[in-house]
Amino acid sequence: MDTVADQTERLGKLEGMGCSRKRREDPRFIQGKGNYVDDIKMPGMLFGVMVRSPYAHARIKKIDTSKAKAHPGVYAVLTAEDLKPLKLHWMPTLAGDVQAVLADEKVSFQNQEVAFVVAEDRYVAADAAELVEVEYEPLPVVIDPFKALAPDAPVIRDDLQGKDTGSHGARKHHNHIFNWEVGDRDKTERVFADAEVTVKQDMLYPRVHPCPLETCGCVASFDKIRGDLTVYITSQAPHVVRTVVGLLSTIPESKIRIISPDIGGGFGNKVGVYPGYVAAIVASIVLGRPVKWIESRQENLTTTAFARDYHMTGELAADKDGRIKALRVKVIADHGAFDACADPTKYPAGLFHVCTGSYDIPNAFVSVDGVYTNKFPGGVAYRCSFRVTEAVYLVERMIDTLALKLGIDRAEIRKRNFIRKDQFPYATPLGLEYDSGDYAPALDKVLAAMDYQGLLAEQAKKRADPDSPTLMGIGICTFTEIVGAGPSKNCDILGIGMFDSCEIRVHPDGSAIARMGTITQGQGHQTTYAQIIATETGIPASMIHTEEGDTATAPYGLGTYGSRSTPVAGAAVANASRKIREKARQIAAHLLEVAPDDLEFDLDQFRVKGVPGKAKSMKEIAWAAYNNVPPGMEHGLEAVDYYDPPNFTFPFGAYMCVLDIDRHTGETQVRRFYALDDCGTRINPMIIEGQIHGGLTEGFAVAMGQQMPYDDEGNVMGSTLMDYFVPTSMETPKWETDFTVTPSPHHPIGAKGVAESPHVGSIPCFTSAVVDAFSHLGVTHMNMPHSSYRVWQQCQALGIAN
Amino acid sequence: MSQTVKVTFKLNDRPVEVLVEPRELLIHTLREKLAHTGPHIGCETSHCGACTVDMNGASLKSCTILTVQCEGADILTIEGIAKNGELHALQEGFMQEHGLQCGFCTPGMITRAYRLLQEIPDPTEEEIRYWMAGNLCRCTGYQNIVKSIQYAARKLRGEPVETSHPLMGEKAAQSEMAG
Ligand code: FES
Ligand code: FES
Repeated sequence: MDTVADQTERLGKLEGMGCSRKRREDPRFIQGKGNYVDDIKMPGMLFGVMVRSPYAHARIKKIDTSKAKAHPGVYAVLTAEDLKPLKLHWMPTLAGDVQAVLADEKVSFQNQEVAFVVAEDRYVAADAAELVEVEYEPLPVVIDPFKALAPDAPVIRDDLQGKDTGSHGARKHHNHIFNWEVGDRDKTERVFADAEVTVKQDMLYPRVHPCPLETCGCVASFDKIRGDLTVYITSQAPHVVRTVVGLLSTIPESKIRIISPDIGGGFGNKVGVYPGYVAAIVASIVLGRPVKWIESRQENLTTTAFARDYHMTGELAADKDGRIKALRVKVIADHGAFDACADPTKYPAGLFHVCTGSYDIPNAFVSVDGVYTNKFPGGVAYRCSFRVTEAVYLVERMIDTLALKLGIDRAEIRKRNFIRKDQFPYATPLGLEYDSGDYAPALDKVLAAMDYQGLLAEQAKKRADPDSPTLMGIGICTFTEIVGAGPSKNCDILGIGMFDSCEIRVHPDGSAIARMGTITQGQGHQTTYAQIIATETGIPASMIHTEEGDTATAPYGLGTYGSRSTPVAGAAVANASRKIREKARQIAAHLLEVAPDDLEFDLDQFRVKGVPGKAKSMKEIAWAAYNNVPPGMEHGLEAVDYYDPPNFTFPFGAYMCVLDIDRHTGETQVRRFYALDDCGTRINPMIIEGQIHGGLTEGFAVAMGQQMPYDDEGNVMGSTLMDYFVPTSMETPKWETDFTVTPSPHHPIGAKGVAESPHVGSIPCFTSAVVDAFSHLGVTHMNMPHSSYRVWQQCQALGIAN
Repeated sequence: MSQTVKVTFKLNDRPVEVLVEPRELLIHTLREKLAHTGPHIGCETSHCGACTVDMNGASLKSCTILTVQCEGADILTIEGIAKNGELHALQEGFMQEHGLQCGFCTPGMITRAYRLLQEIPDPTEEEIRYWMAGNLCRCTGYQNIVKSIQYAARKLRGEPVETSHPLMGEKAAQSEMAG
């Protein structure tokens, strides 16, 4: 029999699920040997730079490219006129709208793409871009989505004039994109009419930008002789890019190869297809040379994919004990000049309908209107699943508001409304089915860890002291996320179901290669996918090479965003591994001359039940797969799995924040932040913790400082890292993390996905804490960002600053 | 286009000679002409620190200096941090303490931390956070970066550290390839 020590050693060698395996992607990065898109250099490569509009709204009277073209070292200057014969001056967005690749007669947001200059290097290209002369006739600008819906508002999209239906149904105004409603309006209305208590709150979730440290870019290389197009691109969804490029260019997908190399962070910024990519591809096809296009930081912050910009009104109906009876929500969603959200086709407001949160709310109705304004397009999920951050913010703010109105403790009111453990799977009034959850113990654990009662006592004392220089705020958030899009019956992008995939080949020596349809941007897929395969097949993780991001080799997948890698591709990895294991069982039975059912899988081998020592290791089985398989069986040991999840997964968590505000300066110090996450089965605790730190920090950034403001002329005011807040090591708080484990019942390994929960959950927690600091003074809500200046303004308004 | 100028300096202990326009930034020379793509570009406006190198014993954001200003300089980049095939304690620390995710900020982080540990071999957490504030990271939340630097400081001071990455310590000999 195996000794315990022997088992432990084999387990250690396997490095399967549950261990904090060190990352396999690190060695290249710590030595400066990553391969990011701007590191790619090809023979004869040229460099492209965009000429952009200084105006937010203007008609283009004339573009004169002659001086730029005559500049030494310039190879081409493309405008919409050049793209028209190829029908490439407009492109489809992932949201069913179209977007100008290069401005066609007018521009609709500041920094919109007008011309593309291709030259021998980036300096020459930048010089020549200055020589492109564009004559504009400025038009009236509208940046407020409410004003955009006024009857006499300027027409932002001339190309849609007279079209009263868009891809999501009726348009009721020339700047209206869609109305999306979900839930039972009449019943919700009746419940509100009869309610003992109602609360209502307007809130703005400001426009922000994901701002990964690496900007977007690509290198497009068209081989004129072979007719092949290769594009290295910072894409979170390379296979989708291939399909879009195929549709646009009419080059068959079999001749297009999209490669996402190492990616310097994505956070939703790198899901879409951007004009720069298309322009670089066209330039490469026209010139027959590789063309590189890399965004500057300013271009990144002002043109490729904002997030949020949701103007929300929430209402709750409840009884006197704080039991919620109904939720009603109205949203005006500012989508900018083109609708370029990356939501599943059916859901123009993404998964916003998760806005009933962790609470058993019997009735709900939501109405979202998408609106065009003269701002840059996007509406992407910044470290969250499609619009979930907005939804969770809304419901968490509303429950706090209700607690204040009724004078019920905010932890207590949550407990009164939690969906109970025995109610799962739980059908929400907005049509979702939560897979699993156990909310109350999670909150209790946090309350105990933070000594909530002690904090309340301390706060009461501070409030009673008129000389206290600081205001103390306690924030609570008990969120439920929805990730892992998604069941293809509900979710598709451009008509392609949102499945994901994995292909595994085991080589004769027992090592293996695995390829997935996803792409890591720092999440450590190389490390964690191998752990799943190790546990499921018994091949040590160190013998497994994982590869993603090259459409020429990886199976088709929808990519990495919305925390879908673990819930969807992770399931494909587990299932493909199980197919391998089943074939291995057959081979082992053949080698051991027993029936397959007589075997049991034991870590890294199949052994005959009840016969110690009679076993075949995976290494031996792998070898046999290539020379000694049972009669009638095909040689080889490989499997492919395309996984279409039966449902989303619903990670959850309970967060608490304590902060102190200097009432004279508005400066906020986060004293403690405690984050308990339940992401189901945990594959690699070290990586989970790292993801949570990162998500919390991005949440801190959004809540406390990020905002992409505009002036009335449509000028973007947050276009550099000087103006746009990215926290440094100095202001970032220290994080305390914790967990519970409630596996997903429908996922092969019970995992739910984690990277985005901390972003989704921390933002309302910060607002909860900041508002709480002022709540004894009658404040019920404050819009983000809670920057010192804005908080100081609140202190001023209350007359408590000197 | 203007005239080019010949500039010579030491890059990771090796003499190099490049022809550049006077307006060319060091980060571009390193990346485009000298095949040193470890330092990255995150902003080109001196905010992010991804382009950090060490020049004449001081940290420098290489997007902030013209290459012609580097005549005769001694420049160290991430590519020169490991010596004689052995990883620097900082490189080990970042792997051991999960101090990186996407890796884009990492070369700049390590190069900056290298200077910190030259100046203060035993930094407090406060000092680490202060010294690293010119280097942005969007992925890690800095907590593990602090730990990575503390790890390196301990190791450089000769204190015991735990090494469990296969590329580190005694297992280095049988090191596996990444992935
Ligand atoms: S690229 Fe030099 S500081 Fe950002
Ligand atoms: S690891 Fe991605 S920016 Fe630091």
